[in-house]
Amino acid sequence: MTDTTPLDAAPAGKPTKSILVEDERTRARNRAEARFRAYGIAAIAIAATFLVILLATIVVRGVPAFTQTYMTLDVTLEANALDPNGTGDRDEIAKVTTFGYQPLIGQALVSLLEEQRIETPLPPPALILMLSQSAPAVLRDAVLDDPSLIGQTVTFELLTSSRADGYFKGRVTRESLARDRNLGPPHLDILDQLAESGHVERRFNLDFITGSDASESRPESAGIGVSMIGSFFMMLVVLFLSLPIGVAASIYLEEFAPQNRFTDFIEVNISNLAAVPSIVFGILGLAIFIQVMHLPQSAPLVGGLVLTLMTLPTIIISTRASLKSVPPSIREAALGVGASKMQTVFHHVLPLAMPGILTGTIIGLAQALGETAPLLLIGMVGFIASNYPAGVAEGFLDPNSAMPAQIYEWAKRADPAYYERAWGGIIVLLVFLMSMNLLAILLRRRFERRW
Amino acid sequence: MALSWLFGLLVLIAVAGFFAGRSKSVASAGGDARGLHSRPNYYGWHVALNALVPALLLLVLWLLIQPFVLNRAVMPMLSSVDVNDRGTMSLVLSDVRRVAEGIDIAITEGAISPDEARDIQADVMDVRARLAEVGVALGSDVSIETLSAAQRYRALAYTGTSVMTILVLIVSLVGGVIAYRLVRPDFRSRNVVEFGVRMLLLSAASIAILTTVGIVLSLVFNTVEFFRLYPATDFFFGLNWAPSFSGRGGASELGILPLLWGTLYISVVALAVAVPIGLFSAIYLSEYATKRVRSIVKPMIEVLAGIPTIVYGLFALLTVGPVLVSAFGEGGVLGVSWMGGGTAVMTAGLVMGIMLIPFVSSLSDDIINAVPQSMRDGSLGLGATRSETVRQVVLPAALPGIVGAILLAASRAIGETMIVVLGAGAAARLSMNPFDAMTTITAKIVSQLTGDADFSSPEALVAFSLGMTLFVITLGLNVFALWIVRRYREQYE
Repeated sequence: MTDTTPLDAAPAGKPTKSILVEDERTRARNRAEARFRAYGIAAIAIAATFLVILLATIVVRGVPAFTQTYMTLDVTLEANALDPNGTGDRDEIAKVTTFGYQPLIGQALVSLLEEQRIETPLPPPALILMLSQSAPAVLRDAVLDDPSLIGQTVTFELLTSSRADGYFKGRVTRESLARDRNLGPPHLDILDQLAESGHVERRFNLDFITGSDASESRPESAGIGVSMIGSFFMMLVVLFLSLPIGVAASIYLEEFAPQNRFTDFIEVNISNLAAVPSIVFGILGLAIFIQVMHLPQSAPLVGGLVLTLMTLPTIIISTRASLKSVPPSIREAALGVGASKMQTVFHHVLPLAMPGILTGTIIGLAQALGETAPLLLIGMVGFIASNYPAGVAEGFLDPNSAMPAQIYEWAKRADPAYYERAWGGIIVLLVFLMSMNLLAILLRRRFERRW
Repeated sequence: MALSWLFGLLVLIAVAGFFAGRSKSVASAGGDARGLHSRPNYYGWHVALNALVPALLLLVLWLLIQPFVLNRAVMPMLSSVDVNDRGTMSLVLSDVRRVAEGIDIAITEGAISPDEARDIQADVMDVRARLAEVGVALGSDVSIETLSAAQRYRALAYTGTSVMTILVLIVSLVGGVIAYRLVRPDFRSRNVVEFGVRMLLLSAASIAILTTVGIVLSLVFNTVEFFRLYPATDFFFGLNWAPSFSGRGGASELGILPLLWGTLYISVVALAVAVPIGLFSAIYLSEYATKRVRSIVKPMIEVLAGIPTIVYGLFALLTVGPVLVSAFGEGGVLGVSWMGGGTAVMTAGLVMGIMLIPFVSSLSDDIINAVPQSMRDGSLGLGATRSETVRQVVLPAALPGIVGAILLAASRAIGETMIVVLGAGAAARLSMNPFDAMTTITAKIVSQLTGDADFSSPEALVAFSLGMTLFVITLGLNVFALWIVRRYREQYE
């Protein structure tokens, strides 16, 4: 049995190395392996760091926008200043502009300082600069609402100016105010003492969420509410156009379209549209809807139409995927018991695909809600969104802004106080996006069927 | 408001038609639906669709065409404007429309009585002031010519709208009645209705084509208009970008090259950030990570994709820019003073890179996963380490797909707007320094078209040619990338 001997016999040459001991080359290869792995982990760590920095920046810089510094002030609404003739007639009182209310605030501040025994070198007109420019308007509105207030001493909660507010939030320092025309260190001394006595305090500011945009000179009273309504009307347009059109188009392409060139052409168009930069849709909207069809500029209707065209490909792609996921056996069973092709689709396939379609639509809407670039071209910026729309038709047709466009507008303004507003606006926007995505995830979890 | 009434009326006719058709069908079969060819509802739908669809089509067409006809009818009245000067003509026409609409608003608000409106004379009455009272602001005083044109416009529009209302209603009723008369037990209404629905589905699918056509037409028309005012060679080969808004068409230099350079430079920086990070995280996730890690990390990276670009823009402008300045700017930590201000190629590129990470990583992830497992098994079985398998087997196999993914990311970077508008600066310049402010095609489209743009000046029209260039570049990149990806997929299927 000589055949078996070679297995038992030791190799002829001397043993070079053991496989149990790593040689230099193996060690190098293992090091390379570890390095490669580390690169992967590092890449993920970097991406995670970016995400954390981004979110932390948003929260840290945006949260202050939700609080605002108010001053509690007892203002004597003197009759001989506001209603010189003593008629009590609203039209007469309305003739006194906000200018007429300023001295009253000045006097109120002087008496507050006297009461608190705060000494200051500043004259009353300079004291007013601590308060927002909107303060006289607040007084005037209150008086016009209820003329009987005239002659009384009324307690008002007035916004402080954005600089004073910034001082309490740490955005404005004494050094940075040294060259400021409006507010100086003497003001800050007063504010410090008033804050101690509780006449000046920082509180939650609902007006930021519900209020309207303000002119450049008074960032403290700007809010995102009106542009939120603009976004809402735009989303209504997008929802009511893109969902039916998207579903109809997907049903056609997925269930009925014959295999021919025309169908191919439609499909190529859809996949290309999905990748066209959003600003090109803005150009389309400007040229077709505004230049040719003369729809009103800055109207949520036009914004909604542009965003509809932009989100349609996304919705079509996701709807087709969910139609495709309905197994053919369902269709065959329906066809087998005598349903027509149309009945099969509308009675059986579509209801089963609905959760997937809704999920895709919500994600498409979320995308449209955050989109800014096309809105810039159809004029939804540079416009002070100061009034709530009067009704539903006005909501669609009157000029308005949208949340992302409003944020852009604030980011462009010169006053750093507006940056805080922009970050705050982003928090509001992200809350909306997050809840929409969450809803989509929940829908998917709850209703998705695996076949 | 009249339009919504008309629309409501149409819906009403259709609903009435539905019930009428359905009950007639049941009655015609002697009360027994089994005697009908189709279910009774189909007879109802048949009547409703016939009453609604042709009438709506007519309505939409009329609304689209009427403005053109009106403009054409009014144009000869504006003798002071040269018909060939399209820009001025469109401005004057929009004035005419505004006056006409303003008078209508004034009437509904009760500021002017209808009789008064009919005989307004510009020399007797200050139309501008009267319209301003009801909130219609006009740019200039109304000339007699404009006013008479506006009056004519109003009269024609009134006639047009009345005729349209009547015609649409007639079409709707006639359609409904014809369909109603067709209802008989042996009428194959289901087939007809299904054919109609199928046509509706087809037209919905065709909107994608219409959109593309709309994009191409709006870009091409305005680009041609632009090249009539400004030589194409100067646009494509000009080294200077200096639009002047004061002198119309005067001293503007509108060369695209500085913008193209800025666009490409920023995109390259962005890809230099996004590609390594995205690719390596995709490799780690698909080749190394456990299922648990993957289920946490993948959604986390995708959060970056869900953040709107305006957020990234603000992040670039207010956070990244100042940080970079404090490092590379004058008196910065590194003491190099390369950077003049917060907005720069680097700022925008870096942030755009972050935005593109999820894009690159999820596309590459799909592609790497599509490489057949047998190839990995073969390589590992021969004794290669995992990283060797990735580098020498998986990546070469996935390379075409990854190149496609990178091209798609590049097309995204080129078309991105908000980050560059806020982060890259406004000055167009040809410079090598990545810390200089530069500007891009998209940023200039925005700045040329926002504000009170007069669409006939070359300074505004240039935006359309920029858009055209952008569209062609991104479309080319996309088609090429999709072609690569598709070919690659076929290889392993």
